[in-house]
Amino acid sequence: MGNACNTITFNAAQCDGCGLCMTACAETKGSARIQVLPAEDKTYALSLCRQCGDPHCVSTCPTGALTKDVDTGVIAWNGDKCVDCLLCTVGCSYAGISLDAQTRRVVKCDTCDGAPACAAACPTKALRYVTTARIYNEVRDWEDLFAPGLSGCQGCNTELLMRHTMRRVGPDSVLATPPGCVPGMGSVGFNGLAGTKVPVFHPLLTNTAAMLAGVKRQYNRLGREVTAIAIAGDGGAADVGFQSLSGAAERGEQMLFMVIDNEGYMNTGMQRSGCTPFGAWTSTTPVGPESRGKSQDAKNLPLIMMQHRCAYVATASTAYMEDFYDKLDRAIQAAKTGFAYLHVYSPCTTGWRFPADQNMEVARKAVETNFVLLWEYTPGQGLRFTHAPDNPLPVTAYLKVMGRFRHLSPEQISHIQNKIEENSAFVTSLAQSAAAQA
Amino acid sequence: MDATQYLIVGSSHAAIEAVNAIRLHDAEGSLTLATKDSQLPYSPTVLPYVVSGRSSPDRAFLRDDNFFARQKVDFRRGCALSALDPQRKLARFADGSEIAFDKILLATGAAPVRPPIPGLDTVPCHVLRTLDDATGLRAASGRARRAVVLGGGLVGMHAAENLVEAGQVEVTIVEMNSQVMGGYFDATAAALIEKAFAAHGARLLTGHKVVAAAPAGQGAVLALDNGENLEADLLLVAVGVQPDLGYLNGSGVACQAGILVDDTMQTSAAGVWAAGDCAQARNFFTGTNTLNAILPAAAEQGRIAGMAMAGDSDLKPYRGGVPLNTYRFFGHHALSVGNGDAPPGAEVMTRLDEAQGRYLKAIFHEDCLRGIFAIDEFFDGGVMWELIRRRIDLSAMRERFFADPLAAGRELMSQHWR
Ligand SMILES: Cc1cc2nc3c(=O)[nH]c(=O)nc-3n(C[C@H](O)[C@H](O)[C@H](O)COP(=O)(O)OP(=O)(O)OC[C@H]3O[C@@H](n4cnc5c(N)ncnc54)[C@H](O)[C@@H]3O)c2cc1C
Repeated sequence: MGNACNTITFNAAQCDGCGLCMTACAETKGSARIQVLPAEDKTYALSLCRQCGDPHCVSTCPTGALTKDVDTGVIAWNGDKCVDCLLCTVGCSYAGISLDAQTRRVVKCDTCDGAPACAAACPTKALRYVTTARIYNEVRDWEDLFAPGLSGCQGCNTELLMRHTMRRVGPDSVLATPPGCVPGMGSVGFNGLAGTKVPVFHPLLTNTAAMLAGVKRQYNRLGREVTAIAIAGDGGAADVGFQSLSGAAERGEQMLFMVIDNEGYMNTGMQRSGCTPFGAWTSTTPVGPESRGKSQDAKNLPLIMMQHRCAYVATASTAYMEDFYDKLDRAIQAAKTGFAYLHVYSPCTTGWRFPADQNMEVARKAVETNFVLLWEYTPGQGLRFTHAPDNPLPVTAYLKVMGRFRHLSPEQISHIQNKIEENSAFVTSLAQSAAAQA
Repeated sequence: MDATQYLIVGSSHAAIEAVNAIRLHDAEGSLTLATKDSQLPYSPTVLPYVVSGRSSPDRAFLRDDNFFARQKVDFRRGCALSALDPQRKLARFADGSEIAFDKILLATGAAPVRPPIPGLDTVPCHVLRTLDDATGLRAASGRARRAVVLGGGLVGMHAAENLVEAGQVEVTIVEMNSQVMGGYFDATAAALIEKAFAAHGARLLTGHKVVAAAPAGQGAVLALDNGENLEADLLLVAVGVQPDLGYLNGSGVACQAGILVDDTMQTSAAGVWAAGDCAQARNFFTGTNTLNAILPAAAEQGRIAGMAMAGDSDLKPYRGGVPLNTYRFFGHHALSVGNGDAPPGAEVMTRLDEAQGRYLKAIFHEDCLRGIFAIDEFFDGGVMWELIRRRIDLSAMRERFFADPLAAGRELMSQHWR
């Protein structure tokens, strides 16, 4: 299978055309290989080598001077072999390789060997160097512990979370998946066959943490080291299953409890849960002449879990996989000696009503608007933000990308915006006091 | 007898691109690549640099054995195709061996044309198409004192420059047309090129023909149409190329000057594709099938053929060949993208800085770019090629475009194909 590669990304919406990337490139390389160009409607576009997977500069090079490095993804130029014929500049339709006026030779981006000066110099973060490829390359070599072909809704990110998490946790594990989307997708299996390659069980919504605690204690008694992990939905965790969850956390049972929060009982027909946000349409908080979506605010389950002083608590989003992976590693570690809680936000294509290809974008907008805050907590260090937007977008940027908020009145929207400010001020104060104590 | 799913004949640009395209879609299907040459793949385009010594012959290769191992290709050198039976799906080689195939790609390129000059077959002469030709010419250029190059096209001019740079050689270029490089540049651009050659001591005889050749000592004496006789101890014939298709005799595969192909590079015979210099594919401007013996066309056609052979559903039909080239001479560069004729109604813009030797010319037709040509001015050739092929309307910005084709091209690119 192919190798994933790190890459320079450009977000035109964040570019103000300042040109610092070009200066940084010129200072590092002698002349700028990156160019910011004015495009339509006062926006900017980029001309930069894309390090194509099927590079036409390489196919039009007669000397073998240009080669695609399949490990780094970078198309390298060998000045000793190059005869300056310029045919590569005809092969590339993206102006990614061109003639340098001073040296009279071709120049192209080499990503500064993995530390691109342009991205480091970009003040608006329009240019970023994305290194998530590392995850794919690592995960690829780990065993997939689920059966092929889970039956999720189109565009759902839960399968990704299940597979990634269990690959990382590894085969020495016992998995509990209480009723919800996860067993609905096939974790407990079909037709008498398990859906996983590790022991899996299907507890009641109410007793997941209790059962898992018992299983883990029995393994401890036998002297076998296993990771006890639950993958539960928000309903199972925040509402029906809360008493056993809270009890296990309070007792410091050794387990990793992961909640995939899609803000409702989506598997059974999209009913509201304690985690459904204010104003959202669900099948039990309908939109009509009387009801205008949910009339209460969501409870903040991860903050409640933090108040249990668990060994590790964190929130995560699939739009920020590197952040998710860091937290998963820490949670697995913490679960060896205590209770680890990982709360992952999971936009629901079906229940939230957005196109199947927009899952990551919806997840990202939640973070960019501070609707979702990414942080982690340990009793020793307190709470710290792991990814906070510098300039959060107004919540409407998040609300408008899905159907479940379409009916909102301006009053409802300002209620949600206020709630975000309040929540973010509260969590910020926790982070500040933790930082002050450090 | 050996059997293979995919058989590719030739080992240059078209062939390599086809290998890549097939492997992107079909990682396992058996693939055999048979080539006449005894070397690893190399490009004929690199040969002038082998002659000059800039590229050493053992480092001029496009790919190494690792490439074939990684791509799971059974690579056979020294295997010249001699006959093809499309019905029985059999390829016969010069050594008598046969290979059965499901699908075959003919990527055998072109060979130098030998002009019908009386006596030419009696004199020693060089051509430049293979690595052996290049090392032979390099050795000869060290000994030569009086060299004659027949043909002022790309190959002839490159080789003439090599000979000039080699030192004590008196070089004469004989070109039948009134200017050199007529395939890619107009008379103004050609004059700048000719001036550079003259300044370096080469003699250019444009508008003249060699009418007879006869042996003289170790070399030849060439009679010109004006009565002059040229002595040559080194004679290079570079009057153009044409595919050598003897292996198709009796195969029923339709050919004219080259092998006729459709927009997926398929020939008239099922299971047989052709790409590169040997193929006669659609011309972007005329819509008819023409030869377009250039490297970028060979690479693109090879890629398309490979995709078609592997059944890749992402295949987009060939948009038609556009003449293009880049040319470096005595440290200057020349770029040519598109069609140099100006049909009725076309607008031609030119800018000449004689002192600096800079020239820019653009031809617009029906609101679109038709061709753009430069000496010592730079623009992104690939961007221009796309502007032409996408028929992007430039009517509103013609002046701005011509003033700075580099910046304007990139701006258009960011609007149209980002
Ligand atoms: C000196 C020179 C300079 C050039 N400069 C330029 C330039 O600047 N720009 C440009 O665009 N183009 C240039 N070209 C043209 C360019 O090199 C060709 O267009 C390109 O190489 C065509 O690629 P191809 O794969 O079709 O065929 P080729 O490169 O010709 O390769 C043909 C292959 O087929 C093999 N073969 C031939 N016959 C048989 C047979 N019967 N059986 C088995 N194998 C066979 C050969 O060994 C070879 O491997 C130049 C060519 C020359 C000679």
